[in-house]
Amino acid sequence: MKLTFPHLGNAYIAVKALLDELGVDYIIPPFNNKKALEIGIKNSPEFACLPLKINIGNIIQAYREGADTVLITGGCGPCRFGYYCEMEREILQDAGYDIGFITIDAPRGISLKEYFSQLLKITNGINIYKIAKAVKNTTEIAILVDQLEKLTFKMRSIEACRGDTDSVYRDFQQEIRLINGAQSIKKYISQTSQKLTNIRCNTGIKPLKVGIVGEIYTTIDSYTSFNLDARLGNMGVEVDRSVTVSNWVVEHMLKKVFHLPRDLKYAEAAKPYLGAMIGGHAQETIGNSIMYSQKGYDGIVQIYPLTCMPEIVAQSILPAVENDYGIPVLTLIIDEMTGEAGYLTRLEAFVDLLNKRREMAASDR
Amino acid sequence: MPAKVGIPRSLSYYQLFPLWKTFFEEMGAELVVSGPTTKKILDDGVKCCVDEACLPVKLFHGHVADIKDRVDYLFIPRLTSISKGEYICPKFGGLPDMVRTSLHGLPEIISTEINLRKNKRNSLKAAMEIGHYFTDKDSQIKSAYKKAVGCYNLVKDNFEKGYIPDFIRPGKTAETKSLEKDRNLNIALVGHTYNIYDSFVNMNIWRKLENKNANIITIEMVDEKAINRNARQLPKKIFWNYGRKAVGSAMHLLNEKNLDGVIYVMSFGCGIDSFVCDLVERRIRRTTDLPFIVITLDEHSGEAGLDTRLEAFIDMVRWRCTDKK
Ligand code: SF4
Ligand code: SF4
Repeated sequence: MKLTFPHLGNAYIAVKALLDELGVDYIIPPFNNKKALEIGIKNSPEFACLPLKINIGNIIQAYREGADTVLITGGCGPCRFGYYCEMEREILQDAGYDIGFITIDAPRGISLKEYFSQLLKITNGINIYKIAKAVKNTTEIAILVDQLEKLTFKMRSIEACRGDTDSVYRDFQQEIRLINGAQSIKKYISQTSQKLTNIRCNTGIKPLKVGIVGEIYTTIDSYTSFNLDARLGNMGVEVDRSVTVSNWVVEHMLKKVFHLPRDLKYAEAAKPYLGAMIGGHAQETIGNSIMYSQKGYDGIVQIYPLTCMPEIVAQSILPAVENDYGIPVLTLIIDEMTGEAGYLTRLEAFVDLLNKRREMAASDR
Repeated sequence: MPAKVGIPRSLSYYQLFPLWKTFFEEMGAELVVSGPTTKKILDDGVKCCVDEACLPVKLFHGHVADIKDRVDYLFIPRLTSISKGEYICPKFGGLPDMVRTSLHGLPEIISTEINLRKNKRNSLKAAMEIGHYFTDKDSQIKSAYKKAVGCYNLVKDNFEKGYIPDFIRPGKTAETKSLEKDRNLNIALVGHTYNIYDSFVNMNIWRKLENKNANIITIEMVDEKAINRNARQLPKKIFWNYGRKAVGSAMHLLNEKNLDGVIYVMSFGCGIDSFVCDLVERRIRRTTDLPFIVITLDEHSGEAGLDTRLEAFIDMVRWRCTDKK
């Protein structure tokens, strides 16, 4: 058996560590690319959301390289993501790809053992303790990778020489694919973070701060977001995003399995505007926008794929937050037709606006 | 003077109105239902909604605008789930919040959450919360609730037998019996109730088909037990109430020998339809050569285009019928 899995930003690093530890053979699909998207578009329903289309592209590209089984997470709604696994199975089956699926379904109060039974299936014979250890390592790596990303957000905005951060990070992404085993991966991450901290910086500048909110795939995945975080970073903006891979793993999977209390600060903050969980990350979008504003951020960028249901609700509500908290919000909607030029112009105009607001605020004082 | 409660003739209206009507009348409230969809209602909705919203959600806003100045309360419950283990659509869950930010000068909104996903008994709890807007007497609310549920079930049962209830009857249809013999074509019309029964939105598709001597079968006319039996065959449970019903009824109807064609009506940009329509289509294509078309509705849909497509579709259906004989 040769496993593969669809991309979600940097999640492949953690998944790779997991599969290394479990001793499973796997193929990482080529990084998201134009061809993957084209394959996805050709095979998916026209109005499916973009992440599904790219997933299909990832899987087919990995299949061509020899993968025969897909590892994917499930879910129970209300948004489409929970049914991705089935849609993908059906699409590939009808398109004639002979490829199996292993779905790790969102735990619904089931026991730890049941939850890992899917994992046990692929590891023939490894005991549950080894699996638990691998899961622990994987989670730690997911957290480390997210911290590393966060560090790039900071360094980009203050680096003395434009491009230094990008170049360290690019090397990291190339190299990490070739490094095997949780320990080595951890080591390489910490080396990279050392390299980042060594980058020469401008001192004494206070960069603009922008919070990125929205649908998880497009906020996390640099290909679909046209490199949103690096773009803003290279305009001298320090970005942050609360929705991350590790956060998703910890809050949505592990804490549910272990029945731990979840961090719901964002839900509290969102309550006056969106009083309930409606699916996807709509409540996070609203809640985090409010919390960013309270922390003194200069602006918010919401990003989501066209037809994304929860984010359309959030988008409708954001003007109220914008108004009440006096924080500018830019909404970017991505689909396969989105042109890079128009996208960039809007982003640049937004940053100009934020800069002007800062200047005006400073001269008022 | 009784309190006036406004109900937009949109979205959940097409499924749950008998429930709301009985309940509020028993509570001594006066109901104000927005008028049938018009161009003005559509335009009002489009104006105040984000562009990206689907047509039905835009229309909902238009219907709210139609009645908001004439009522004491707007009834826009937060419909998270109306069936165990299932959701409706994220937009139904966020509807009161969307309306609140998109429209101004609104009366008080009754936005009680209705969430039966984990427990069916939550519906009584929701009814109590809503009822307390009108009375302190729990017993009165309970009996209103009971009556409302009874009324809703009756309408639903009759619908399954082919009797289309008055509150949504489109066009001139009196009643339709499933797969009857005297009309010569049996066409399944699959889609959300608010698309299938709003003749403005679907550009009178119902009447158009009947004029071509088609006997129309909708999801609501299929026995729910049969729907569930079929839906259970899917490897993974569909967690949308509509999705289960659409796929389940399509699978059921496919097994009935005298079905002649399937029309899927979907809203442009509808997230749920994008998956459900695909699932339905795959099941048709895998096992039959039944004519199948998708009609996509949005605010720019033109009637001429629909006519041409229906014409071609019906021709194909007839051609296949005579070919078989
Ligand atoms: S959150 Fe949006 S993009 Fe993601 S699966 Fe749901 S509808 Fe699709
Ligand atoms: S189910 Fe589709 S049409 Fe209905 S509100 Fe949701 S997205 Fe819109």
